[in-house]
Amino acid sequence: MRRAFLLVRRRLISSIPVLLIVIAGTFLLLEAAPGDAVDAYLLSIGGGDPVLVQSLRESYGLDQSIPARLWLYVSALVRLDLGWSVVFDRPILDVILERLPNTLWLMGSAVALSFGLGSALGIVAGARPGSAADRALSIGSLALYAVPSFWFGLVISVVFAVQLRWFPTSGIETIASGKEGFARARDIAWHLVLPVSALGFIYLALFLRMMRSGMAEAWRQDYALAARAKGLARSRIVVRHIARNALLPLVTMLGLQAATMLGGSIVIESVFAIPGFGRLAQEAVAGRDTALLTGIIVVSAVLVILVNLLVDITYALLDPRVGATEAAA
Amino acid sequence: MSVLARTLRSPEGAIGLALLCLLLLMALLAGVIFPGDPLAIVGPALLAPFQDASLPLGTDRLGRDVLAELVHGSRASLTVGIAAAFVALTIGALVGTLAGFAGGLVDEALMRVVDAFQIVPSFLLALAFVSVAGASLPVVVFAIALGAWTGPARLARAEVLSIRERDYVAAARVVGMRPLEIALREVLPNALPPVLALSSVIVASAVLIEAALSFLGLGDPNIVTWGSMIAEGRNVLRSAPFLSIIPGVALMLTVLGVYLFSEGLAEALARRKARG
Repeated sequence: MRRAFLLVRRRLISSIPVLLIVIAGTFLLLEAAPGDAVDAYLLSIGGGDPVLVQSLRESYGLDQSIPARLWLYVSALVRLDLGWSVVFDRPILDVILERLPNTLWLMGSAVALSFGLGSALGIVAGARPGSAADRALSIGSLALYAVPSFWFGLVISVVFAVQLRWFPTSGIETIASGKEGFARARDIAWHLVLPVSALGFIYLALFLRMMRSGMAEAWRQDYALAARAKGLARSRIVVRHIARNALLPLVTMLGLQAATMLGGSIVIESVFAIPGFGRLAQEAVAGRDTALLTGIIVVSAVLVILVNLLVDITYALLDPRVGATEAAA
Repeated sequence: MSVLARTLRSPEGAIGLALLCLLLLMALLAGVIFPGDPLAIVGPALLAPFQDASLPLGTDRLGRDVLAELVHGSRASLTVGIAAAFVALTIGALVGTLAGFAGGLVDEALMRVVDAFQIVPSFLLALAFVSVAGASLPVVVFAIALGAWTGPARLARAEVLSIRERDYVAAARVVGMRPLEIALREVLPNALPPVLALSSVIVASAVLIEAALSFLGLGDPNIVTWGSMIAEGRNVLRSAPFLSIIPGVALMLTVLGVYLFSEGLAEALARRKARG
């Protein structure tokens, strides 16, 4: 436990400068955008007189220099204040926190699907490298990996929602259904089946291929030969010796893929009209709400850091060698 | 036997190369096969595929030739894929070489920047960049490269760290070459091959990101792209699903071609290495 704690502390400290770079970089990038939130607001209400414009800019702090505003932004951020969204006319943090759970459900389920099914199929492929099952799964996963996720989402929604009517086409739950508790959870799960499949199946291929190549590598190791020489049953060798050792790199991959998956959910949420974090990013772009977009990027960076932290802890628990030298020191 | 011949001998390599050649032909000859504007209205709206010999893949909502759009759309995918990979590899190789060669504080600072780019979802970054700079082909290329250069940078740095201790680098120093000259003329060329191996993955993901951007309406509005065709077809998804399905299949075959070819190539190179 002490090992994991030291690891977490070191990771958190080292991620502070990285997060600061993200904040400053995003702020400067979006600062370069033509027009600001006040322009966007004026456009939406049909213009205003210069006095109003001036007072609006002052109230948002937009009349100050860029470094001063960056400083204002960072110091507000420390107090968990992400600013005010012009599009939603609400605090940005509230808007983001409202949307975040939908995306976390979508991503979490997609990760579980791709990791679970991907590693299971990877074990099937890697149990006998070069077999017919192995070749079929390798080619199938490569084809799957080449599919654009949003297009895959459209295709499965045509088949399973429009033609077969098994699942709803869009949304996160039935609107104004008045469902509570378990019935509501079931309703949401029902709505999530297609989007989770669209997001999860693409990444499934990645885990399958990694698991397979890890196992093919493990078969060549001496301990695999020793296990076979001992006369252990093949199924036992596959599960206890080969697959187990090939599983660790997949955990690392999970952390590396966190950012990619978060990006992928933007398009999937658009395809299935899920009011999540990704859709919010799109709405921020459409409404020219730069403060909201900055907030979204910063929060997603924090999310990715947290996911990687979780992965590190899992890894430390699975592999006793990780962080052992530090704990001893 | 040459590497190309070896690549062609594996089924993956042969199929991949065939797909890529077909794509290249489509992109190069688009103006010859379909000389007019692919966005011009040529027939009745929503004609299904295989009904009219002059419009083999049918027409979209506005009566535009789907096949002409498809052939012209290959240009956007190919251009963005290759250009984005080129920009990403160039930035990555330069930053990685600089970080690895300079070491110390410069290395530390550059690698933190790499970390920062890695924790922001590259699609979100591309979305934000396009929304700031306006949707045009060069902007889309740069936006995609912005999220893809970190992999090459890390790899180049790792290569440089091992190369800079070699004898020929020491020799260059003794001869009196300036550090920047050594970094660019001695170290970088030798660090490049493993970094270039990343290019297929970057091309493939760039094609997919470009498609997703134009699907969301953030591509260059003046050119046909497969992503925008899918988005356009989405409006009539129930009545004419073929409009979305056809460009999606083209995208999939393109990306698959890149993967298959790179797999065949990697296998061929590994076999040559094993023999040599």
